[in-house]
Amino acid sequence: MLLTEADLAALWVTLKLAGVVTAILLLLGTPLAWWLARSQMRYKFLIEAVVALPLVLPPTVLGFYLLIMLGPHGPVGGLMQMFGGQPLAFTFTGLVIGSVFYSLPFVVQPLQDAFTSVGGRLLETAATLGASPLDRFFTIAVPLAAPGFLTATVLGFAHTVGEFGVVLMIGGNIPGKTQVLSIAIYDHVETLEYGRAHLLSGGLLLMSFLLLVAVYGFNRRIKVAGL
Amino acid sequence: MKSAADKIEARFVLQRGEFELDVSLSLPATGVIALYGPSGCGKTSLLRAIAGLEQCGNGFFSMRDTVWQDDQTFVLPHLRPFAYVFQETNLFPHLSVKRNLEYGYQRVPKSQRQVDFDEVVTLLGVEPLLARDTALLSGGERQRVAIARALLTSPQLLLMDEPLAALDHQSKLEITPYLERLHEELDIPVFYVSHSADEVARLADQLVLMKAGKVQAFGPIADMLTRVDLPLAHDDDAEAIIEAEVDSHDQAYQLTYLQLVGERFAVPYKDISPGSRVRLRIHARDVSITLARQSDTSILNIVPATVVELCGHGAAQVMVRLNVGHMTILSRITRKSAQALSLAPGKPVYAQVKSVALLT
Repeated sequence: MLLTEADLAALWVTLKLAGVVTAILLLLGTPLAWWLARSQMRYKFLIEAVVALPLVLPPTVLGFYLLIMLGPHGPVGGLMQMFGGQPLAFTFTGLVIGSVFYSLPFVVQPLQDAFTSVGGRLLETAATLGASPLDRFFTIAVPLAAPGFLTATVLGFAHTVGEFGVVLMIGGNIPGKTQVLSIAIYDHVETLEYGRAHLLSGGLLLMSFLLLVAVYGFNRRIKVAGL
Repeated sequence: MKSAADKIEARFVLQRGEFELDVSLSLPATGVIALYGPSGCGKTSLLRAIAGLEQCGNGFFSMRDTVWQDDQTFVLPHLRPFAYVFQETNLFPHLSVKRNLEYGYQRVPKSQRQVDFDEVVTLLGVEPLLARDTALLSGGERQRVAIARALLTSPQLLLMDEPLAALDHQSKLEITPYLERLHEELDIPVFYVSHSADEVARLADQLVLMKAGKVQAFGPIADMLTRVDLPLAHDDDAEAIIEAEVDSHDQAYQLTYLQLVGERFAVPYKDISPGSRVRLRIHARDVSITLARQSDTSILNIVPATVVELCGHGAAQVMVRLNVGHMTILSRITRKSAQALSLAPGKPVYAQVKSVALLT
């Protein structure tokens, strides 16, 4: 049984979305997680709560507010239109923005835990050996937090692949543009195409499982090696 | 009189919860300066403040006319020319021993490197460890690697925070000779935090006595150990440190003879070439006092001395400070004996030393 053209398009949109979102989250999430792990600021917990919000919020709620913000009458969408741009609702860019918010805790929290466990002592030691703050970050913190980066990457990617509510709210369901696998599966079930739904669902299940096996296996090996 | 150019000046006031560190020190920038006192007295905090790892508002630190911290300046730790040896060694677990050693070495510009990589590696005996993973080192090996890593940054000041405290007895014995070699070969000042009187006696030139965040007293080690107004002289293990010169060896009796203010001292044989300066430790409890020189006694080591002062030590004993040449030793005797000999400041006596420990 081969994938139809529409399914292939949905697969491509899904992988592209997850890839772009994961890359953005690693770029934004790393400094944020570093700050959360190292800062002694009193009101840090407020930021932590905001980062964790997508864990507990129904995706449709997040999607709804993003739709309002990004739509032609929303503050962001309106601003975009004023400068001659397109509103972001129902576009791939809109999907990326929504997904970045939605998957944020899945990237930031593993990184924050990893940076916290690196601890201050080794960084201080590096300072006494003449390493500047940036130098210490790249030569001590990042290599020692490698398992955290792997976990963050895989969780961020897999979670973006699996999202539904946010995508449906702000992406619509435009085949080839904003239709992702999870929505394609829903559509297949709606139209009683169980065979196609099986194929896509089984594929996602297998991929997710293999990714997690790889992550846990790799992190275990690192621990055994004494890191 | 030494000029400011050879001095270390440190003033710190630091509040951390209940604990307050409030110190002011001016020391010659040479030799090993021991920070000594009970746990929690602020030794480590002082060391961290010197390093700039502990920030405090109104601190001051200068060494040889270079200011690291004052009201306007705070040189960041990674720009200060010191090296720090931590109690827990803090080797980087993701780097091999060699890469650990290179970490600091490579961050010093070539023109400012004052040490040779291979020389330091040899000095601390770590060449067989270079290819190893740090997780596979013993405690003593880890600490030697940590010390080598610190020295490879060509520091102008070495800070050592109880480098032996986390080691078992065997590792301590293994590493002490390396520390003593460092003491002889390094010409940079070293701050050495310790709560072990034995370590201090072996290694220190200057002693800073700390208690509850304050400096109780500081000065040359020999003076500090024998000052009867300080707690060290009232310890059960009260001791004095003196220096002597190796004179000759007696193979037949397995003794080494030392020259001490014109007298010959015998200690158990140790392979040190004649003419070398050595450190001796003499416990107050091993020194007895006679008015005339005894001849028919088993005690070999007898020196003429002058009573400097007497100080009560418990109800039954007194601590007697004696001058031997320009050096000072302590003798702990009973109050009854002191009275019987009518000991008083200025009185010439003979000190009989039952046991002497050669420290280097």
